[in-house]
Formats: sequence, structure tokens, C-alpha cells
Amino acid sequence: MLAEKYASEIERILAKYPPEHKRSAVMPLLYLAQREYGHVTQEAMQEVADILGLDRTEVGALVGFYTLYYDEAEGKYRIQVCTDLPCALRGAEEFAEALCENLGIRLGETTPDGLITVEAVKCLAACDKAPMFQLQEPEGIHYHEEQTLESALKLVEELRRRESHG
Amino acid sequence: MAEHILLRHRDIPDIDQLDVYLAHGGFEALKSAVTGKSPQEVIDIVKASGLRGRGGAGFPTGVKWSFLSPGVFPRYVVANADESEPGTFKDREIMERNPYQFLEGVAICAYAAQAATAYIYCRGEFWDLAHELERHIEVLRQRGLLGENLFGTDFGLDIRVHLGAGAYICGEETALLSSLEGRLGQPRLRPPFPAAEGLYAKPTVVNNVETLTNLPPILARGADWYRSIGTERSSGPKIFCLSGHIERPGNYELPLGTTFRELIFEHGGGVRDGKALKAILPAGASAPILLASDEVLDTPMDYESLPKVGSVLGSASVIVVDETVDVAWLAYKIIDFFKHESCGKCTPCREGTYWLHSILRRIERGEGRAGDIDLLYSVARAIQGKTLCALGEFAAGEIASDVERFRGDFEARIVDGK
Repeated sequence: MLAEKYASEIERILAKYPPEHKRSAVMPLLYLAQREYGHVTQEAMQEVADILGLDRTEVGALVGFYTLYYDEAEGKYRIQVCTDLPCALRGAEEFAEALCENLGIRLGETTPDGLITVEAVKCLAACDKAPMFQLQEPEGIHYHEEQTLESALKLVEELRRRESHG
Repeated sequence: MAEHILLRHRDIPDIDQLDVYLAHGGFEALKSAVTGKSPQEVIDIVKASGLRGRGGAGFPTGVKWSFLSPGVFPRYVVANADESEPGTFKDREIMERNPYQFLEGVAICAYAAQAATAYIYCRGEFWDLAHELERHIEVLRQRGLLGENLFGTDFGLDIRVHLGAGAYICGEETALLSSLEGRLGQPRLRPPFPAAEGLYAKPTVVNNVETLTNLPPILARGADWYRSIGTERSSGPKIFCLSGHIERPGNYELPLGTTFRELIFEHGGGVRDGKALKAILPAGASAPILLASDEVLDTPMDYESLPKVGSVLGSASVIVVDETVDVAWLAYKIIDFFKHESCGKCTPCREGTYWLHSILRRIERGEGRAGDIDLLYSVARAIQGKTLCALGEFAAGEIASDVERFRGDFEARIVDGK
């Protein structure tokens, strides 16, 4: 249970907001749940709802609305390539396709080992450093800019190594 | 511009270290305000500086502050760090490289607004950056530059970082506030404006990161100095984000009123690979596209000049488009963004972006039908003026401009069915 396992972290999160508006903590708590379970499960939604005195459906609506929350398990690591207009003008679509082809998947799919999902996402505010992607992993989100197929594949190898030694 | 006023790390690389920032006059502006000026005097200086909101709307900052409901407390300041406009990447550079100037700006704003709590609403993707900001805030707290009784006065301030979770719409200030309250990030009907009923229904100032970063130099050097930069009605420096088909993409801090020609050809090194310039998107996806004529290239990039050539300055994120680009494809990319980001609250935007997307997709696939161009135009016009926030307006305005200014690209696509 999140409430027991992360009691002090939850307390720190709640302290950011006025006690009568603790609903504000729902987004950081959803990140916490996602970190713990890999995605936001129905049970996790209930846990978050219970901490804040909300209804599970209210929490579920937020999970559906915001793109960085997932209610289904996919790759442990999500390589999210920005293919919005400015990046597309600098070869991001070709980059994403080449990466997928190399991994033997289509855009939006997960590698057979369940490790890596490659997705196209909207603007990440790094247009001058295209092609770029963010790596979303359980611990957080990190940017990888000015990428080539080679640098991206190197990262993939590193992730696989990390898992096999993990 | 010889000296950077906002991107000061370009001149002083270690300015993200508090001691370096302090050695270069950091927090003197806040101190002089808190110990020597009333909140109203600070508001008056900012009004006199002519500073206008750098997030895109260009509303005069001091005027926005003066709308706070008198006598109602607590009040809040919210820094809008939800930078998500395609082509915009300036706030990120400020916060990553010159964070203390931004945080000092937040504090100055909070003093003027008499707010004891400020939130920084960072887009969720700025995960690393948000955690870095929290570390900087902790440093300020330890050094007595945040917390209770600042500079021995009764003014105190706490700054807290809140992470969004992937929603362009949260850059709209009322949607941002809803999101910060733990609700769906959807815009609210205005009035009441945030200055009257904002966060938790209390008077709230929401300002963009770049706007706030202008405050320390304005307080330190005065409104007259600030007005000496830029044009009469668009004062100060602006960070222009240059992306797309350009030799040297990046952020360029230049006076408002700099021409497109100077930005693209002098600073940006011209169009990539020696291609010809076809079009310019002056404000990311959210403003009408401009045909790269001499008249447009010689237009000063400021709040009053862009409307004269049929667009707006917005967040000044300039996307350069070369001769190889088919504007029918470009329109599809842009509507794909807006369809994805429409929050769904207002029917004309939700349905309109969906239908624009569907028509543009079939044109893009070479399955366009006779009459599609007029249909696009009519759907775009049906969105305009019928939504709570500007998202639908932006989408409709951009697509309508593509059709109006590059009709031939659409016709060729439909006839050829490439």
C-alpha cells in the first residue's frame, strides 16, 4: 500500500498545498503510484482516491486526461520521440521510423521482451535539438537531444544491459 | 544585443550557482523592493516599464497585477512553466541555466501581489528541471532568501514546484489553475479572471517564466532603461526561439522590433542547406502562417507590427519553412497537434479540430475531394469566436491562413493525389 510504504513522501507532497485543498496533491500522488506499479492500476487509483478523500472515478478521469499517466502496462522504458512540426522539419519522423525498424516494431509498439515502447509524442520544448526524445522510465523522465540512430540504439543496448544485470 | 539581460548565462556561464548570481547583483532588486518600496510602487515601476506578458498574449504585466481584488487574502502567484507551444523552448533554457534570476522574479512578483505562496507549474516532461528547481529553492531557503521575514521585514515567501502531466492546454492560465487544484486541465469561463478568483478561488497572478525573469533587471535598472530597449509599444528584450529549416536553431535574445530578416539571416545563419525560404510561422503552431515576402522579412517582430502583415507575435517562436515543404502537409501536422491537445470542453473546438484533422488527413493521403478546400475553410470559421479559450481560435486561424495563403499547395495535392 502506498499510504504505508511512502508515508513520509506522501506527507511531504501534501504539505505543498493548503490542508483544505489536498486534492491538489492528486497529480504528484499519481506519479508516485506509477513509479511503484509501473502504470496506474485500478487499485492504485483507489489508493490515491482514499488518501485524498476523492472518488476513484475522479482519479480515473485524470489518468485518462493527462498523457503522462498510463492505465495499461507497456514497455518498462518508453522512448517518446517528438514528431511535431519543428522536429519533423529536422528529420524526426525519419528518425523514429528508423529506430522502430531497427527494433523490429512499429511506432507505438513494444519490443517482444516487453522492455521498450517507441512512441511519437507532441512538442517537448526542445525543437532546436531535434531529433530528440524523452525516455520515460519508472524513476522519471529524461531528455535525449540531438540524436542519431546510432546514439539511440546505444541507449537501447544500455537499457537492455541494465535489465539483464538488474 | 551585446549584453544578455535574460539569458545571462551566455555571458556568465556559472550563474546557475547562487554565489555567482549574488556576486553579479543577484537578489539586490528583491531586497531594494522589499525594504524600500511599497507593493504599489513596484507595480507602478513594472507598469511604467511597458513589460508585456511573454507567454503569448502580450498583456501589460503591471496592469494585470493591478486587477487583484483589493483586501482579499491569501493571494497566490503562479509561474507558468508549462512551455508546450510547438517551436518554443525559451523558458526551459532560462530555468535550466539562469534559474535564480527567474526565482528572484517570482519573489518580486509575489511581493508586488502580496502573496506568501508561489507555485511554479512545470510541464510534466520537465521532470529533471523541476527537481533541479526544487534544489535551488532549498538553497535559497537555507540562505534566508526565501521563507519568513525576508530582509528583516514581515514579508515572507515560500515557492513550491508542481509538475503537470502532459497537456498543452494547461498553458492556458485558467486550465493551469484547474490542473493545479487537482482537476482536469480545462479552461474556465472568464470573468471572473484569476486576479479576482484564481487558485482556490483566491486572487492570483499567473505570469510566464520569461515575463517573471524580466523583473529583476527592471527593478534594478529602472523603467526608463527598460523602455530604451525595443520599440515604443513593445519595450524590452525578447527571446526568439528559432527552429525548423534554419542553419543555427536556438534561442536568440534580441530587442523587440528586430526584423525577421535579421533574426533568420544574421543570427540564424539563413535557411538550411541554402534552400529558399517559403514561409514563416511567427508564433509556433498558434498564429497565421506568413508567406516569406520581402515585406514580411522586413517586418519588426513586435506586438504592433505583426498584425499589420496578418499574424501575431505570440510567444515569438519562429519556425522557418523552406521551399521543399508542402503546406498541405504542414497544415496536417499542425491540426494533428491541436486535435490531440483540444481539451474537449467546448464542442466547436473538440469537433472542429476533429473534422479539420479528418479532412486534412485525406488530403495528405491523396484522397482529397473537390470542395475540401472550401470545407476546411468553413469548418475553421465555425470554430472561431465560439470557444472559452484561445486553443480552438489558434487552430482555426492557422489552418485558415494555410488555405488562404497557400491555396495552390492544397489544390495540387487534391488534383495530383500524390
